[in-house]
Amino acid sequence: MLPFLTAVKSSVGKKFLMAITGLFWVFFLIVHLAGNLALLSGNGDFYNKYSHFLMSLGELLYVMEFLLLAFILTHIFSGVSVALGKMRARPQNYDVQKDLGGKSRKTVSASTMIYSGLLLLIFLVVHISHFKYQVGVDREYFTIINGTRMHDLYQLVYDAFGNLWYMLGYEVIMILVFSHLRHGFWSAFQSLGINHPRWSPVINTLGVVLASVIGFGFLILPLYIHFIGGR
Amino acid sequence: MMNKTSERPNMHLHLKIWRQLNAAAPGKFVSYEKENVSPDMSFLEMLDELNEHLIKTGGDPVAFDSDCREGICGMCGLVINGQAHGPRRATTTCQLHMRSFNDGDTITIEPWRAKAFPVVRDLVVDRSAFDRIIQAGGYVSVNAGNAQDANALPISKYNSDLAMDAASCIGCGACVAACPNASASLFTSAKVSQLALLPQGLVERKERAINMVSQMDLEGFGDCSNYGECEAACPKEISISNIARMKREYVRAALTSA
Ligand code: HEM
Ligand code: FES
Repeated sequence: MLPFLTAVKSSVGKKFLMAITGLFWVFFLIVHLAGNLALLSGNGDFYNKYSHFLMSLGELLYVMEFLLLAFILTHIFSGVSVALGKMRARPQNYDVQKDLGGKSRKTVSASTMIYSGLLLLIFLVVHISHFKYQVGVDREYFTIINGTRMHDLYQLVYDAFGNLWYMLGYEVIMILVFSHLRHGFWSAFQSLGINHPRWSPVINTLGVVLASVIGFGFLILPLYIHFIGGR
Repeated sequence: MMNKTSERPNMHLHLKIWRQLNAAAPGKFVSYEKENVSPDMSFLEMLDELNEHLIKTGGDPVAFDSDCREGICGMCGLVINGQAHGPRRATTTCQLHMRSFNDGDTITIEPWRAKAFPVVRDLVVDRSAFDRIIQAGGYVSVNAGNAQDANALPISKYNSDLAMDAASCIGCGACVAACPNASASLFTSAKVSQLALLPQGLVERKERAINMVSQMDLEGFGDCSNYGECEAACPKEISISNIARMKREYVRAALTSA
């Protein structure tokens, strides 16, 4: 076997890691979205029971959290490395540049991966500190679920999205999620070496569908909460 | 049939050409007016005429590379109006004709730009990084002695076609020039693929994938972001499915090599 560090530092290994970690996060986002559909129930206890269920997973939850953290850090590290490498590999840029079109996959999504990625990073920090650790929340949200006293996550979320500007800011990020995955999904398969005359068109279509389902799925929730739910 | 010449009148073009004395010199754009350009000329003939004029008038001719001028050697290569090999797909610079342009056009001509391809002079770049990638693994071991019987090694039509497609790479470097990251993945993957797909290439299969990728990285090319501009720019239309094959070859070799 090639030494692990040599392999992952190579141009192929770096993108392999980026693809695995990115796809793991895509899987997480799907689960996260499915769970949050419980917000649409308009029933606080229902959502908080889901949250209680997750808490009751115990060690399993910690393992998942650890993997998510380790994977996103790896993903960011390799993403930034690709972006910096680009400047090193072409110190002097062209005076005139024109995309080639045709078979090229250089969409707006593809050219802005590092920007959508970095904005997603900022969002992740804000999102997790707000909803998980309740940083900057000046009121206490409590409820009793199955006899345990726990955070009233449902009310916290509804109050947050009640604020128009907070809600709109969140929506902008969800469009970036769509954009990141529009290129990211099929790209991850290519990075893993999966390119096949029959399956690549399927993967490409699936990428557009998943990017739309995830991006616009998360986009609908705050709209619903702000304009319809909880009124 | 008689040679049909173009009915279009000759053109007047404004050329903006990158001039640079050597790798260390800064380099700058110089503008030239080119009158009387026939639409039937090739792009390189147009530059030849410009150079003849420059020589006659005591100027310094523009250095550019070319050899076969029939699209098979891979020597020519210019970034023309922001596109490697110019506006026509699946066409090398030498096979590009002036009928692709219009009277009064401004044409900006730049060399391939990549750290791994230093400018030698004007539009000529040093592509020996490609040679070193080939040297790192683009060969097969063959037993000396009598020639083998013909057709002793069965090869499927499917694989031989894929290998031939990969082998049509002429090493011009347009993939690097067109890639926003200046990655050499398409070139390297074509060279890995043409051998990995055939039984003759299986002996050095693992070392080849690892050594050629390592050499590519060492030369200072960028990483592959799967933009696919390389495939669109390639005069031989080499597919990025070769890049996926190179990745499979590399990962398999990394996991199983001694
Ligand atoms: C919600 C979390 C995220 C998901 C689901 C995700 C998903 C993906 C996927 C699937 C890819 C394709 C991988 C490949 O081309 O092999 C990708 C690429 C990329 N990601 Fe993310 N990503 C996330 C967050 C981030 C963050 C926080 C950054 C911060 C820098 C980032 C930066 C990048 C970059 C720069 C690329 C393109 C790399 C290249 O040019 O080759 N991503 N992402
Ligand atoms: S000069 Fe040989 S390919 Fe153009």
